[in-house]
Amino acid sequence: MDAKKDLLLLYQMLLIRRFEEKAAELYTKAKIRGFLHLYIGEEATAVGVMQALTDDDNVFSTYREHGHALARGIDPDIIMAEMYGKLEGCSRGRGSSMHLFDASKKFYGGNAVVSGNLPIAVGMALASKKQKKNNITCCFFSEDDVSKCEFHEALNLAALWKVPILFICENNLYAMGNAVRYSHTVTNLEKKGIASSTVDGMNLIKVMHDANTAVEKVRSSGKPYLLICNTYRFRAYSMFDTELYRAKKEVEEWKRRDPIPQFEQFLLQQQWITENEITAFESKIKTKIQKALDFAEEGAREPLEQLTKFVYTKI
Amino acid sequence: MKNSMATLSITYREALKQGLHEALQNDKRVFLMGEDVGRYGGAFAVSKGLLQEFGEERIMDVPLLETGFVGAGIGAAMAGMKPIIEIMTANFSLLAMDQIVNNAATLQHMSGGQLNVPIIIRMGSGIGRQLGAQHSHSWEPFYAHIPGLIVLSVGTHEDARSILHAALQSPDPVLLFEYTMMLNIEKEIATDLPIASLSKAKVLKEGKDISIITYGTGVYKSLEAAAELATVGIDAEVIDLRVLRPLDEFTFLASIAKTHRVLIVEDAWRSVSISSEVSARIMENGFYYLAAPVQRLCGIDVPIPYPAHLEEAAIPQKNDIINAVKKMIYRN
Repeated sequence: MDAKKDLLLLYQMLLIRRFEEKAAELYTKAKIRGFLHLYIGEEATAVGVMQALTDDDNVFSTYREHGHALARGIDPDIIMAEMYGKLEGCSRGRGSSMHLFDASKKFYGGNAVVSGNLPIAVGMALASKKQKKNNITCCFFSEDDVSKCEFHEALNLAALWKVPILFICENNLYAMGNAVRYSHTVTNLEKKGIASSTVDGMNLIKVMHDANTAVEKVRSSGKPYLLICNTYRFRAYSMFDTELYRAKKEVEEWKRRDPIPQFEQFLLQQQWITENEITAFESKIKTKIQKALDFAEEGAREPLEQLTKFVYTKI
Repeated sequence: MKNSMATLSITYREALKQGLHEALQNDKRVFLMGEDVGRYGGAFAVSKGLLQEFGEERIMDVPLLETGFVGAGIGAAMAGMKPIIEIMTANFSLLAMDQIVNNAATLQHMSGGQLNVPIIIRMGSGIGRQLGAQHSHSWEPFYAHIPGLIVLSVGTHEDARSILHAALQSPDPVLLFEYTMMLNIEKEIATDLPIASLSKAKVLKEGKDISIITYGTGVYKSLEAAAELATVGIDAEVIDLRVLRPLDEFTFLASIAKTHRVLIVEDAWRSVSISSEVSARIMENGFYYLAAPVQRLCGIDVPIPYPAHLEEAAIPQKNDIINAVKKMIYRN
């Protein structure tokens, strides 16, 4: 373990948490529209996996991707501007919360059709193999993808072609409202024909360890690996969800495993951080989020003449 | 195949194959991927022998998973490769429609111009051979509906030989509809074809009395109909639309300005079809050129039945075109 790096990871988890809390607030004020899917509770997974990747690796995400985007190092300013639909947004405002893209960070976006990202990620890993590049492709998805043909097709192709891809299954137990136990006859999501393991996705240290091992395996073997992170979203599926499908008690139980206090406790025990330093982090993050909010508020609207730009390259 | 002066006689299949061969030879980034394109030699023998020549890295057989390998093609294209994806028949492309519509066509715009998807998707298409309702579709209108796609209909041997080369220069996704009914047809083409256009329709036969606008398997049927009509003194102009999206209305509007009459011919179902769109464009921008209402010959709105006589009746045939033209000309 590396104290300096760990502090950065705590900072990232806190940034994701506070950023999304602010996003939820802005949604209720109708500053952010469309769909908004919060990642709160799952931060250890994004942060723990992303720290194992290099800048050259490719990342594919889902429509619940603020955490992935922030952990990948995309500037909160341009993420917030994107959610505001402003020109300065990371997808020029055309994407939304569900479609954050930053090609300079090799972050190939949130895909809002469940499993749509999986085959594309395999194709990108195939290209790396063909081009004899050393980078890997990391594709996040969720346990609800496991019932879809794309999941089976993508894993089959990746295993068949032996391409360097890390599949990260964020098993947060619920698709929208349908629990994994009602949608699968087996709740053990590991897949035959592909190396895989399962980790406690609420524990950053464990995620880091297993993600590092998985990435190392993919990089050295050139073959796919499936890492299942058992996690839980504390918030509703989206801002329209009244959570009829799960008991408050269950949510409270999972909250006791909140990855952020867990990791803070660890750092305090190691004496790598003090309570005062955590407070200072919070204050720094608050300022950063306010800056992102101001940036988004002051952002420009795309001129109407640009409406049809980017449909075709030369038009 | 025999060479005579500057032309050669070639089947549609061989023309497609030469186009593929050239593409694979010219650019190392190009690879062909699809069901049975390698060891089997292609479901329609278009890629026969290519595996032996170019190897498994370039000619990739895939399991039966349209959304999987089309998606993989999109990812490879985003990463700088030039994948040519073969969907065995257009009928199965429905299984990959999410990838084609939500990703290939959309990623550039949704990412604010950061991403390009230069993928080529080839599909065997067309109606006939008594293949029944699930293997006889004309899905060109579905895809022509979608902004972000370039949709090409390969209705001639010239295009079969040369259009792939042009398509590979496109930074945007290209769908190629190839017609399996035409594979064995032999035609003369120039040995040295110019680079095919990805934006223009083509006047294949000039005429002054009526414009027949068509694409796909309607092209040769319309040319044959025009030849017969010439024997009774009717001089029809035949236009192959070729590019179904973005649609080249300049070419057909210029034709109608000359002929003042128009018949649109296609295999696709009449409702919400390519002919609906062409007709609407003529209404918007060519209404005052017309001496008679626009007429259409389309597929009958019915799932294609198995019996040969019903199948034949479900799509326009040469005689239908001749009769429709005569009716339009003699009425006036």
